[in-house]
Amino acid sequence: MTMAGQTLYDKLWETHVVHSNVDGTSLIYIDRHLLHEVTSPQAFSGLRLSKHDVWRRSSNLAVPDHNVPTTDGDENATDPFSALQIEKLDENCSDFGITKFGLNDPRQGIVHVMGPEQGATLPGMTVVCGDSHTSTHGAFGTLAFGIGTSEVEHVLATQCLIQKKMKNMQIRVDGELDPAVTPKDLILYIIGKITTSGGRGHAIEFGGEAIRVLSMEGRMTICNMAIEAGARAALMAVDQATIDYLQGRPFAPTRGMWEKAVHSWRKLKSDENAYFDTIHHFDAASIEPQVTWGTSPEMVVPVGSSVPDPADESDITKRAGMERALDYMGLKPGTPISEINPDKVFIGSCTNSRIEDLMAAAEIVRGRKVADSIKQAMVVPGSGLVKQEAESRGLDKVFTEAGFEWRNSGCSMCLGMNADRLEPKERCASTSNRNFEGRQGHLGRTHLVSPVMAAAAAVAGKFIDVRKWNYH
Amino acid sequence: MENFLKHKGLVAPLDRADVDTDAIIPKQFLKSVEKTGFGKYLFDTWRYLDRGEPGMDCTDRPINRDFVLNIERYRDATILLTRGNFGCGSSREHAPWALIEYGFHALIAPSFADIFYNNCFKNGLLPITLDDDVIEKLFHEVEEMPGYKLTIDLEKQIVHSPASSIIEFDIELSRRQALMEGIDEIGMTLKYRKIIKKYEVARQLEAPWLYPELS
Repeated sequence: MTMAGQTLYDKLWETHVVHSNVDGTSLIYIDRHLLHEVTSPQAFSGLRLSKHDVWRRSSNLAVPDHNVPTTDGDENATDPFSALQIEKLDENCSDFGITKFGLNDPRQGIVHVMGPEQGATLPGMTVVCGDSHTSTHGAFGTLAFGIGTSEVEHVLATQCLIQKKMKNMQIRVDGELDPAVTPKDLILYIIGKITTSGGRGHAIEFGGEAIRVLSMEGRMTICNMAIEAGARAALMAVDQATIDYLQGRPFAPTRGMWEKAVHSWRKLKSDENAYFDTIHHFDAASIEPQVTWGTSPEMVVPVGSSVPDPADESDITKRAGMERALDYMGLKPGTPISEINPDKVFIGSCTNSRIEDLMAAAEIVRGRKVADSIKQAMVVPGSGLVKQEAESRGLDKVFTEAGFEWRNSGCSMCLGMNADRLEPKERCASTSNRNFEGRQGHLGRTHLVSPVMAAAAAVAGKFIDVRKWNYH
Repeated sequence: MENFLKHKGLVAPLDRADVDTDAIIPKQFLKSVEKTGFGKYLFDTWRYLDRGEPGMDCTDRPINRDFVLNIERYRDATILLTRGNFGCGSSREHAPWALIEYGFHALIAPSFADIFYNNCFKNGLLPITLDDDVIEKLFHEVEEMPGYKLTIDLEKQIVHSPASSIIEFDIELSRRQALMEGIDEIGMTLKYRKIIKKYEVARQLEAPWLYPELS
């Protein structure tokens, strides 16, 4: 019998074990620690209280994103609580010597957009952040996962975390996606199949033909939402697309070091005979544009179908959950998705605010107008640099001429910690990642979709199948 | 953080699966730079009928009488019985902070979301995972018996129910120890200071691009 090979996760884990404990936990070394204003202040207070210093300053990179304003000249209009958190981040980074991109820095953006954009996320690294969407960075062949504030403090003080190794899951997607079906539709479809707890206890490696042809932006969208399938970490093998994306980025290695790094990165993939505890296969060709109808990302259906009927669900707890979700969402079973009318449209978030997302959405709205029934449609670029690039391509004009608001970067209405949020019962076509109750605003109703589906919903005033969209 | 040895307490049944951390503590309350002050906003959207804002005095807010924690017999609950995948979504540690400050010592569910589960142990909150059929039985017993209390013995890893049945549960040794002795994890890790330094030196030779500050 030959021994099974290693998965990418096994390799990354092994490389980062500093010490193994008898109970199966290990001390794991952290290469990159990303910080933002919401989950770090208590960690810095802890450091001060216990008189610990930051172990390795250069590993840390901070940016305010969760509650920053997205309109110009709004810094003073920020509510006092948000302002204090942003101020604390400034103070903590300055006191402990941590690099930070502040509000007026063009490099400021959503932490999971900023990190890869700067080349601060590199293959083979361990990357952590006090934010569950840290799984995003796994698209680079990186072991990346979200942590709580106690762990933020632990990483700051020791550069390590005590972790138990997760199980390995492989999700292989073969075949080819329809050109109008996006990575967002793919990951929503997968979550609908494996459920929001399907990936619990696992690191998910995504692979297969349909993944390999994706850009890094598309790969990030998929890894980003692995946490919505219950997995802390997502991974993808390194290939030429990974390397091309990173070359020349500010934090990426340069000159002689670049070749050495690339040589090492090319090994970052699972062995042919690697063992996975759980394996799922999906066929990309059969996937349609997806729309969530409920209050959990697993409550998702193809745009051409209808709101499901709880009566068809045999599991009592699930059925009760569906009934509550329908009541919260103000929907009736059997309603065609195409008859649902959003009040607002949000294009943004760490899932879908990168240049490729904005370019695709802009092609849908080019030369058209946002429907009169839409109260507000907004585009929030993922970073100041994404915004600049979009503007250099004239996308801001495409959006504003159509009636969209063109905002500054931040997490914005994905979680409504700043002023951008839904009012009670308002319905939103959103490119974000969570449709939880109240997520985008108290009693707000979220439908998760891809950027092109959101753009089409803005123009049509209802959800429509973008595969049938007539481009100019 | 209080050490957890044994706990006897009233049980409240929260009969929902996939309770996310946005529901446990809504985002507007995350705008604090402290670890305290979250208990009164626990499950804010479900507990109250109005929109909660940080700093709000909750004494006169209209409450949702149907929500389990507002029902008289569950008022002083210290153990929350709930369904699968509890604590999914956001990594906010404010969720266990809010649960503890409200008065919960332990949570019992068929499963917990990974990040949340981990965060509980950092704060002295015990999440107990039990099989679906046991959970189902407990829901039934709580419903049938007003004043239903459970006794949790962490050292023996057992839960006593009033029907004097004994339910065993699994927990990793280091996590159990952390709860029982209230270990300073950072202090513990810093005992490996030399090993961490050694790791860094070796890793720098292997992957020098990860240490640009030293080149």
